[in-house]
Amino acid sequence: MADALLSVKNLCRRFGGIVATDDLSLDVVRGELHAIIGPNGAGKTTLISQLTGQLLPNTGTIHFADQDVTRLPAYRRSALGLARSFQITSLLKDFSAIDNVALAAQAHDGHSFRFWGKARAEPHLRKAAMAALERVGLGQRADTVVSELSHGEQRELELAVALAAKPQMLVLDEPMAGLGVTESARMVKLLQELQREVTIVLVEHDMDAVFALADRITVLVYGRVIACDVPAAIRQNAEVRRAYLGDQQVATHG
Amino acid sequence: MTAQLNARSIVVALVVAGLALLPLYSSISGNVFVLTLFTRIVIFALAAVSLNLIMGYGGMMSFGHAAYLGIGGYAVGILAFEGIGSGFIQWPVALAASALFALVIGALSLRTRGVYFIMITLAFAQMAYYVASGLARYGGDDGLTIYKRSDFAGLVNLSSRVQFYYVCLGCLFAGIYLVWRIVNSRFGLVVQGVRSNEQRMQAIGFHANRYRLVCFVIAGTMCGLAGALLATNTDFVSPSIMYWTRSGDLMVMVILGGMGSLFGPVIGTIVFLVLEESLSQITEFWALIMGPLLLLIVLFGHGGIDGWLGRLRRG
Amino acid sequence: MLLVVEQLLNGLQFGLLLFLLAAGLTLVFGIMDFVNLAHGSLYMMGAYFASTFAAWTGSFIVGVVLALGATLLLGVVLEFVALRHLYGRDHLDQVLATFGLILFFNDAVRLIWGPAGLSLPLPSWLTVPVQIVPGVFYPSYRLAIIVVSLAVAAMLYLVVMRTRIGMLIRAGASNREMIGALGINIKLLFTLVFGLGAALAGLAGLMQAPILTVQIGMGENILILAFVIIVIGGIGSIRGAFLAAIFVGMIDTLGRAYAPDLLRHILSPTAASTAAPALSSMLIYLLMAIVLVVRPEGLFPASKR
Repeated sequence: MADALLSVKNLCRRFGGIVATDDLSLDVVRGELHAIIGPNGAGKTTLISQLTGQLLPNTGTIHFADQDVTRLPAYRRSALGLARSFQITSLLKDFSAIDNVALAAQAHDGHSFRFWGKARAEPHLRKAAMAALERVGLGQRADTVVSELSHGEQRELELAVALAAKPQMLVLDEPMAGLGVTESARMVKLLQELQREVTIVLVEHDMDAVFALADRITVLVYGRVIACDVPAAIRQNAEVRRAYLGDQQVATHG
Repeated sequence: MTAQLNARSIVVALVVAGLALLPLYSSISGNVFVLTLFTRIVIFALAAVSLNLIMGYGGMMSFGHAAYLGIGGYAVGILAFEGIGSGFIQWPVALAASALFALVIGALSLRTRGVYFIMITLAFAQMAYYVASGLARYGGDDGLTIYKRSDFAGLVNLSSRVQFYYVCLGCLFAGIYLVWRIVNSRFGLVVQGVRSNEQRMQAIGFHANRYRLVCFVIAGTMCGLAGALLATNTDFVSPSIMYWTRSGDLMVMVILGGMGSLFGPVIGTIVFLVLEESLSQITEFWALIMGPLLLLIVLFGHGGIDGWLGRLRRG
Repeated sequence: MLLVVEQLLNGLQFGLLLFLLAAGLTLVFGIMDFVNLAHGSLYMMGAYFASTFAAWTGSFIVGVVLALGATLLLGVVLEFVALRHLYGRDHLDQVLATFGLILFFNDAVRLIWGPAGLSLPLPSWLTVPVQIVPGVFYPSYRLAIIVVSLAVAAMLYLVVMRTRIGMLIRAGASNREMIGALGINIKLLFTLVFGLGAALAGLAGLMQAPILTVQIGMGENILILAFVIIVIGGIGSIRGAFLAAIFVGMIDTLGRAYAPDLLRHILSPTAASTAAPALSSMLIYLLMAIVLVVRPEGLFPASKR
């Protein structure tokens, strides 16, 4: 594909006897919001983990920005502009919200083998962190320790941490997991804004959100891609309906 | 560090003042023993501070930290034995040897986690112990006597008890200051972040083990200095200083004082060694009391003495 | 040639002894996720009990049996009163708490039995050499150790592999949460496993008593070896502990036997005799380091965590 920022070819990942990723190929175009949906156990998080480096595939390749990142360790992919949020919130629980984000900014601001100067007093890191926090609506909670944030706030913080790295591509693993109605709506609005600035790969169960946001949707079942198309086509796709959407009416958001 | 009037800062201030004025008390009261006791305490406090850096802040539970006490001590002892008496050579060698050992051991050990890490660090310290006891030239099991203290060309006279005490105290305070700066630096935040959630730190872009290793080397070097001081203090070094139970003692001092706090290790060391000393005056079977005491502290003491002091404010 | 056979058998015997010690340790660690530094103290108590009971009753066998029972009881009491509160805690907490127990036990022994060690004399029928192969004689007691250890190893294997309790033990070693969910009386199972571990440690301690030592602190040295073994073999794995123990026993014994002579070629006699024991000890730690670096989960890991 011409402008593919991410190109996955024939990815395979097995766990003992279970094939979690089964000869999977997909492309993500620069600037799009590409959603990945599928029933539980379809291998969505396994796929994400292989994209961002927490897991290595058995066979197949992953190219990001024309570079082969298949075997690259996670910390190196971040430097290339690939940022991730985790399905199960993974933050530094004993640090404050702003510290979490500032560390993400620090990782992209030269090396961290500096032993003397007070890192929390570096103005440009603090500024960048506050900017990301305010973007997700957590400006007021900057100095709160993560363990004292609500679940919804922690999900938003996950997003802020990913943003702080000023990534080329955001890989979001169920950012709306466990969010209430208002929080979900806020997250959708936020993603709509971000959509214009950064390429997004979105794994989600919330179908309303997916159909509202996605430029294209890939449907995963048992580790295989069964369809990859624009939302309207996916909605009509008989195989997809059978496997995942069922007979339920999917509300449209224009 | 804003000054707050709470239990914790009062205790710290008292401890610092007490340590600084101790030689004065000793000369006035004529009690020399308390000076030698506290010289030893100050040296072990430095070792505990270094261990706290990797345990409390770095989350690396090393059961082999006493190895550096031996390496630093033997560096001084061996050089003295071979006729090199200048402190300007001995002490840097002690630091360099400790750093090198920490680099190699750390690189290998940090490939493991959890209890495996505890065990492998334990094993490497035991290896150092066995190497030292296998060196017939330097006394083997019997140890090595140091006949002349390190010569610093008139800068300071280590044979003077008081001067030596202040050298040790100076090293301790320097060590604490260094740890304070490191912990708040970019490097320190990364190390603490890695302790908190390694997966998240890798995802952000930090190579966790590289930071752990550097932290490990810094701590080992600092403890090597304590080892040099310890050997000087007793004018003697033997393999037993590296026996794994000594590493256990160090861990207890750190945990007792409260991990991850700046002055915790100092307080923990003072309490541990004073307790050990006073119990052994009362009975030769002091471990009979110390042992279960340790057990109780682990079971019921959260965050050590420092944690307790912190809770006093709210309680 | 004959000497080599004798040394190999010594290595096997030492390795089997180490296995008994390591088996208890790895069971407790694998199933209860509990690091027990005081395991060495139970080994020491086995030896002290055996010496004392044998002296009281005048019979080696009776002394041994009583000692086994006493160590088992001690283990169970220890677990019930103190150690069960540490399950689920950080390994570091467990290390420190059991470290405190080591200090306590060493001093308790010193208080009760005094600082000098004890001895456990063998009955005459265990001191005769046995001809195992024409022309090759081997002390009958060491042979007895080999036989008993192998028998215990076989029993352990049968219990762990063929009985219901063994199944629970294996299940526990690979997935702790599951056995709780199955409604088994976990507390009882844990106490039993700990008692078994204590008995094994005590057995090892009392068996080596006549030929090695009965003294304070004897547990610490050998405990580290036991930890090295379970790390090499894989935590929770009896089979791994067995193979690693034999291997380590061989290296240690053969090292001690031949290192002095080898070293004498390059060092002075005094230097060689000082360096030799150190060298063979170091080899074992080196081996553990290599295994940990190459295969951190051990050679035969029980769990796929």
